[in-house]
Amino acid sequence: MELLIDGFLKAFGLLFSMDREVFSITLLSLYVSGLATFISLVLGITFGTLLALTEFRGRNFLVSLINTGMGLPPVVVGLFITIFLWRNGPLGFMHLLYTPTAMIVAQAIIATPIVMGISLAAMQSLPQKLRFQILSLGATRFQMFWLLVREAKLSLLAAVMAGFGGVISEVGASIMVGGNIKGYTRVLTTATVLETSKGNFDIAIALSIILLFLVYLINLVLTLIQQRERPR
Amino acid sequence: MRHWKCLFVVIAILLMGDLGESLGAAGQREVILATTTSTQDSGLLDLLIPLFEKKTGYFVKTIAVGSGQAIAMGRRGEADILLVHSPAAEEHFVKNGFGINRRLVMHNDFVIVGPPEDPAKIKGLKSVAEVFKRIAAEGKLFLSRGDNSGTHVKEKELWKAAGINPEKKRWYQETGLGMGETLNVAAEKKGYTLTDRGTYLALRKNLRLVLLSERDERLMNIYHVIEVNPAKWPKVNALGAKAFADFIVSQEIQEVIRHFGKEKYGEALFYPDAGKKVEELGK
Repeated sequence: MELLIDGFLKAFGLLFSMDREVFSITLLSLYVSGLATFISLVLGITFGTLLALTEFRGRNFLVSLINTGMGLPPVVVGLFITIFLWRNGPLGFMHLLYTPTAMIVAQAIIATPIVMGISLAAMQSLPQKLRFQILSLGATRFQMFWLLVREAKLSLLAAVMAGFGGVISEVGASIMVGGNIKGYTRVLTTATVLETSKGNFDIAIALSIILLFLVYLINLVLTLIQQRERPR
Repeated sequence: MRHWKCLFVVIAILLMGDLGESLGAAGQREVILATTTSTQDSGLLDLLIPLFEKKTGYFVKTIAVGSGQAIAMGRRGEADILLVHSPAAEEHFVKNGFGINRRLVMHNDFVIVGPPEDPAKIKGLKSVAEVFKRIAAEGKLFLSRGDNSGTHVKEKELWKAAGINPEKKRWYQETGLGMGETLNVAAEKKGYTLTDRGTYLALRKNLRLVLLSERDERLMNIYHVIEVNPAKWPKVNALGAKAFADFIVSQEIQEVIRHFGKEKYGEALFYPDAGKKVEELGK
C-alpha cells in the first residue's frame, strides 16, 4: 500500500515539476501512437468500408482473417518486423530498426485490423437502402463513401478509441523494434518495464499513472465528440 | 473536407521527416551496442553513454538484452559492439571469426541470495559447490534465469561443477526473466538465486533477500568488450565500434567505472580491469 501511495506522490511530483525526461517520453508515446492510429484509421476505414460494400468469393475468409488480426499479439508483430528490418534483412537498406518510425509501423500494423474490423461491422449495420438512396440522389462513389463514414461516425469513433488504446498500451512490439533507447525510442510502456526491472517501483507506478491519465484524457475527448453526435 | 486535407499534409510531412532522418543518419554516426541487462539496470550505461556521445559525436543505440541474445545479435551482424559477460560463449564467438579485439573491461562478482530464514542452511558453507549440493539435497526452491544470459550460463556451470543436474527437479524453477524480475520472484517465493552483485545491491532496498554466499573464485563475473568483425559483416560500423571500445578501456573511463555506485550503494559495483589478464583478477 505504502508503495502505491509513494507512486502516486511521485507521479504528481513528476507531472508538476515537468521532469524533462518524463515529458519527452510522454510526448513520444503520444506522437508514435497518435500517428500509428491515424495511419490505421485511413487504411482501416477505407478497406473496412470497401469490404462492407462489396461481394466476392472468399470474402468471408478475408473477414475472418481481419477478425483474427484484431487480436494480433504485439510481440509477434514486433518479432517479424525486427527480422524484416535487420540491416542484413530484406528491408535493412532502410535503416529503420531501433527508430521511432519502426515503432509507428509496428503499431499501425497492430491497430489497422482493429479499426478495419470495427469499421466493417459498423458499415454493415447501416441499412442497405441508405446506399441506394445516396446513389439515386446522384452522388459519386467517393461522396457516397464520405456520407456513409459520417453516418457511421459513432461506431467509427469507437474504432479510434479501440485502436489508440491498443497501441499506446502495447509494449512487446515497441521494445523489440524500438530498442527502448533512452531519449530516442523510450515510451511510457517501455520505460515502465525498465524501471520495474531496475526496482524503481515508485517511478514505474508514476509512469503507469501518467499513461492511464493520458489514455483517459484522450478517450474523454473522443467520448464527448461521440456523445454530442448522439441521435436524440 | 478542407481541414482534413491539411491534416493529411502535416502528417505526411511528419512521416517523411522521420524517414529522412533515419535514412540520413544511416550507418556512419550510429553505433549499435548490444549488452547485458546488468550494465543498464545498474545505471552504469546512463552515465557512460552520454560521455561517449559528447566526446565522439556518435549516437549510441543501446540494446540491453541478455549476453546470450547480445552475442546472437553480433553473430548476425546486427550489432556493432558487444559489452557482455559470458566468457566461454565469447571465446567461441571470437574463435569463429564473428568478433575481433576482445578486451577485458571490468569485473564484479556473483553472489547467492535467499530468504533470511535460509531454509537449506547454506550460510557459512565454504564453497559454492557445497552450497549448490546442499540446496539440491534439501530440495529447497532455487530460481534460475533460464534465458541463456551470462548469469544463467554461469549458473549452469556451477551446477555442473557441483555434479548436479537440476533440470526438471521440483525445487528448480526457471523464470525466463531478467535479473531484476528474477530477484523479485525469488523474494516473493522465498527461493534462492544466483545474481550479480551490482543488480542485487541496486535492488536490495525493495527485496526480502539476504546475501548468503560469496567470494568463491568461481563466482567471478567478467565483462569484455568485443567489436563485431567487419570482414564478416560489411555493414557494421567498425570505426564507431572501435571508438567505443577504446573509450571504455581508456584510463579516464576506467576511473569513472571505479567510482560508480560508491555514493549510492556504499560500495563500488564494478572493478575496472582494462589491460589486465583474466588470470590476475581478484588477486
